[in-house]
Amino acid sequence: MRNNLLNYGDTKTWRIKFLRILVSPWFSRLFLWLAPLLFLSIFFFYPLTKILTLTFDLETFTDPNNLRITQHATRFTFYQATLSTILTFALGLPSAILFSRFDFHGKSLLRALTAVPFMLPTVVVAAAFNSLFSYKVTGSMLQVFNLQPSTLNFLLILTAHVFYNTTIVIRIVGNALSQLGPRIEASARILGADTFRTWRHITLPLLRPSLLAAALLVFMFDFTSFGVILLLGGSNFATLEVEIYIRALQLPNLNLAAFLSVIQLIFTLIFSILYTRTINQVQTQTAPRFSTARPPKTIKEKIFVATLTLLLSSFFFLPLVSLPVRSLTRLEPDRGQRDQVQYGFTTDYYEELFINRRGSLFYVPPVQAAVNSLGFAGITVLLSLALGYPAAYALAKPTRLEKFLDPFLMLPLGASTVMMGLGFILSFGRLIASPFFIPIAHTLIALPFVIRTLQPALASIPERLRQAASTLGASPFRVWQTVDFPILSRATLSAATFAFTVSLGEFGATLLITRPEYPTIPITISRFLSQPGGLNYGQAMAMATLLMLLTTLSILLIEKLRFNNAGEF
Amino acid sequence: MKKLTLLVFSLRHAQGIAILFLLAACASAGPTTLTVMTHDSFAISEDVVTSFEEANNVDVVFLQSGDAGSMLNKAVLSKDAPLADVMFGVDNTFLSRALAADIFDAYQSPALSAVPAEFVLDSSFRALPVDYGDVCINYDKNYFAENNLAVPQSFEDLAKPEYNGLLVVENPATSSPGLAFMLATRAYFGDGFLDYWQSLKDNGVVVVDGWETAYYTNFSASSGNGNQPMVVSYASSPAAEVFFAPSPLTESPTASIIASGMCFRQIEFVGIFKNGQNRDLAEKFVDFMLGEQFQEDMPLNMFVYPVNEAAQLPDVFVNFAQIAENPAMLSYEEIATNRDAWIEAWAEIMK
Repeated sequence: MRNNLLNYGDTKTWRIKFLRILVSPWFSRLFLWLAPLLFLSIFFFYPLTKILTLTFDLETFTDPNNLRITQHATRFTFYQATLSTILTFALGLPSAILFSRFDFHGKSLLRALTAVPFMLPTVVVAAAFNSLFSYKVTGSMLQVFNLQPSTLNFLLILTAHVFYNTTIVIRIVGNALSQLGPRIEASARILGADTFRTWRHITLPLLRPSLLAAALLVFMFDFTSFGVILLLGGSNFATLEVEIYIRALQLPNLNLAAFLSVIQLIFTLIFSILYTRTINQVQTQTAPRFSTARPPKTIKEKIFVATLTLLLSSFFFLPLVSLPVRSLTRLEPDRGQRDQVQYGFTTDYYEELFINRRGSLFYVPPVQAAVNSLGFAGITVLLSLALGYPAAYALAKPTRLEKFLDPFLMLPLGASTVMMGLGFILSFGRLIASPFFIPIAHTLIALPFVIRTLQPALASIPERLRQAASTLGASPFRVWQTVDFPILSRATLSAATFAFTVSLGEFGATLLITRPEYPTIPITISRFLSQPGGLNYGQAMAMATLLMLLTTLSILLIEKLRFNNAGEF
Repeated sequence: MKKLTLLVFSLRHAQGIAILFLLAACASAGPTTLTVMTHDSFAISEDVVTSFEEANNVDVVFLQSGDAGSMLNKAVLSKDAPLADVMFGVDNTFLSRALAADIFDAYQSPALSAVPAEFVLDSSFRALPVDYGDVCINYDKNYFAENNLAVPQSFEDLAKPEYNGLLVVENPATSSPGLAFMLATRAYFGDGFLDYWQSLKDNGVVVVDGWETAYYTNFSASSGNGNQPMVVSYASSPAAEVFFAPSPLTESPTASIIASGMCFRQIEFVGIFKNGQNRDLAEKFVDFMLGEQFQEDMPLNMFVYPVNEAAQLPDVFVNFAQIAENPAMLSYEEIATNRDAWIEAWAEIMK
């Protein structure tokens, strides 16, 4: 009896000890990091180490030719990434203000549209731009401004980067702005500060974490730009990533490719460390506010809203709308002697999508391609949120561990997808043909986005609000529900949108080997574009239009969700 | 409540994912699966695959692994534990690398008896020819007719002022037709080919990364309505324009310049991986690829010519596709030795 009691007592103390460990900050940190680190170790660090140990060789460093290529690529990469980032902010920052501070007609549609380019394959974006500015126009532009063709290529690269990445600034900075609310600014105004001073001393410092996060992400995307450079740059321009692709797969020199990837990784690490340092210096906690947008009142505001909406719609809407137009137009008439030429409007391309004319094994019904794309995107969202949340929670209140780990989380964005793909082959062999690897590859790219979107939001939650709630008797869950969740819902939806778009846009697709059973929309588009013929082109445009509609609708739906949630609180 | 459902939902998904993973693992372990690695341009009719699958009680899985160059490099990297049993799509510009890396086992298929000897480049039968096609300049018939411009008939013509800015080519470092075209100029001019490219550059030749951009963005006769009436493409492309026309055509809007030496012949090969599984099935599949059924199915799927002489060509090929009568030839050993240096030198000129 006594013995039993003793035993029982022992178990009890053991249980208490165990519980203490469980709730200890040390253990909960470890627990938070478990899943994200496991994922990154298996699917990122392991394949990366495997390919680099095989191919990295310090002797590469001694060849002057290699050094010249490296130096050239590095310089151009920095140059274009810096310019692109500046231009992206020049358009993105005013747009962020527009979307967070003002209400106007067609706002959600316009906001959704700005995110669409992010998901479209580069070939399609090039086609869209091309049908808008025909080569005859660009040709005469060259003459008028006396530009070299390579200068035009460079301008096209910059434009495409702005077209792709403005949405990042709008989402991340816009979020922070709407959370800030106009009250602080109003107080500053009352105290006598003019607009400029208010921005300089109040708004900008408060926005700093999100500005830095957005700048880092935009810069990283431009820094590792691949498809845009290859497609629009002619043979004149090569970023590190393009050079890695050429050296790894085309003019095989895996040692040089490995050397270039290590350089790219080191720079990524440096940017991330700089980011972490600066962001930890200032951490302002602000109380959450909701829906601070209102219709423009003063003349100045009206002009601002009108000009910017016009600019954004022509920049985003016109190229995008040219896709559906092309997919519904027959372009054959003015060419050569042909029988019974039909002119103008046609739905043939859409009808043709549903026909497997050649009985091809690789034919995919468009609905199936859409279902595949959406399915992979859905899994990517769940996976990247499940992994990103704990990491962002831990990062929001950084200890030494987090300060150390933080920069490494950005590495997947800076790692060459080509080299990662080779690493995957070495690490997983035949398994990489499994469809399971598709959302994993997408999650690798989406995760840094999700973490960087959630972290500033989590860090901005004032601890005193949580404490006040607990003091008033709220359970931890209730605290989370009433304090954390409202602030987080906005950021979560942003993060989810990013993950969704990254997946639909097939970022990191070069990582993989594809199996014809699970083609997504972008794969179908590139299949159509790989053979000559009007029907192929038309079907590619039709498929691109479907992708565009699908993504616009999904984003509108996600935004709708946001407003419903905001209404609950 | 909402959150709770979401949690349950995601848990369910996690289970689903786990099951998927298991299924995938099981599927890849099955004994009757034959895996075929191909480039992204590979295509085949469903009933043709099915007939092979039924006849041999096997599941054929295709792995599309990027363009021909990417595919080969992935195969070389994984040669100790190959991702597939058979690889199709390495061409004569890459052949030497595949042979040097020793990724294939020799197999002298009996089906080779129907294939002319000129296509069998590897005398040790590690890589067997499957199809061929000519890389040529395609031109916009209408443009030349409307502008009363003669179609150029030699490489030298292309450097003449009347063709200034009218030709778009692909970068040989990133595109296989681009490389083939550069090799044709190398075969024609010898070491002087770099001077020739300098003269093309001075004459406003446009260089893009790949065939898609060249054909659909720059070429004026494609639906992209670009600005150049001449593009480096394939001799079979005019037939594809007819086959994939939205309304029936009696004539192709494009044609190929097939003047002597201006086209480069690409031959594509199949090989059985060393260290692969299912050697017997792999051999049967190679025989099948060289057999009439597959060879006759190939032209309309990939717009290439069958190497099997007994294979019948589809009508659209007979009527609209052209074959170069005297294509440029460089031995694959010569390409192997110089390929990278030529590309680097070309890139230096075209900067």
